[in-house]
Amino acid sequence: MPPMSKPASEPSPESYSRTFPSATAAFLSGIRAALSSVFFLVIGGTYIGMGALAHDFDLSSWWLALSTVLVWAGPAQVILISALGTGAAPIEVAVAVSMSGIRLFPMVVALMPVLRRPNMRVRDMILPTHFTSVSMWVESMRHLPSMPREFRIAFSNGLSVGFMGTATITGFIGFYLAAGLPLLFAAALLFITPMSFLISTARNARMFMDKSALVIGLILGTALTAMQVELDLMWTGIGGGTLAYVIHRIREARAGAST
Amino acid sequence: MNIGMTELWPYLLLVLLGFLPNEVWRVFGLVLARGLNEDSQIVVWSRAVATAILAGVVAKLILFSSGSLAAIPLGVRVGAAVFGFLVFLVAKRSAFAGVAAGEAALLIGGYLFVG
Repeated sequence: MPPMSKPASEPSPESYSRTFPSATAAFLSGIRAALSSVFFLVIGGTYIGMGALAHDFDLSSWWLALSTVLVWAGPAQVILISALGTGAAPIEVAVAVSMSGIRLFPMVVALMPVLRRPNMRVRDMILPTHFTSVSMWVESMRHLPSMPREFRIAFSNGLSVGFMGTATITGFIGFYLAAGLPLLFAAALLFITPMSFLISTARNARMFMDKSALVIGLILGTALTAMQVELDLMWTGIGGGTLAYVIHRIREARAGAST
Repeated sequence: MNIGMTELWPYLLLVLLGFLPNEVWRVFGLVLARGLNEDSQIVVWSRAVATAILAGVVAKLILFSSGSLAAIPLGVRVGAAVFGFLVFLVAKRSAFAGVAAGEAALLIGGYLFVG
């Protein structure tokens, strides 16, 4: 018998602290969890700002809505909007978007074992894979372990639909607010994106390496943009990220050597 | 034909430069989900790269602003970001408090210096 089929340690459905009468109930409960999450406010603020940004760069509100559904990653969308708006080279946009999306890879890798259930088809995983984002990942990892495996995908999809719906609607709101607001308030809307990105990145930076990558990225991003270097975001990521990683490895080696 | 192309062009760019380069990592994750854990070195390095890129985006949007935000003086934009960050640190790492404080500082500074 292959070891992957069903671990003997898997608890019975009755032993979970939270269960549902049906998959639909789990899905609806996921939506409710999204609307009461701290990410509801963060996503609302971010996408109001993103709507203002899209308006600022002459993209349509429907283009923004489609980008929210298809890309579903705040940083990638901001890079895409600002790069398209400033007429960056297509290859630079694609590389910068792709570099910002790397973080999704370890999240999917960590999430799939939690979502997996017996007799699962590959197509059951298509939606959760596409839905994977920082907000959905954090809340899924928090909620799912307390519920039976058969309801986890439905709950997680509900969570994602709640977040994505919030993002789509607030994107429209930000877009039309920016169109009609006085200059100062339109500027304040545009300021939401960098402000909330700065703070949410800092909040996620628990290790020294993450903090140094943040500081190095701020400095390098400023320097390369000021010097008008081509592909500045890509070099900021690869150069700054690798530097932070190397510093982290040296510190680890020193800590290991001194003990 | 020209009008059709002009209208469809942003959507084509959205799929080619936004959707595909981003989605590829989710698909890789699904395919390779068994092979790696969160502590593997390639995962640690990619997290540093992703963080540095985000920081670069933040720096660009605050220091080299465009549109309405460019009308706010550079000093007010930087000051508001620093103030918001300090409030975030003081207010038990509350993201909401930090963003709200930065926004308030930008509005007040903008009002005083732009009118």
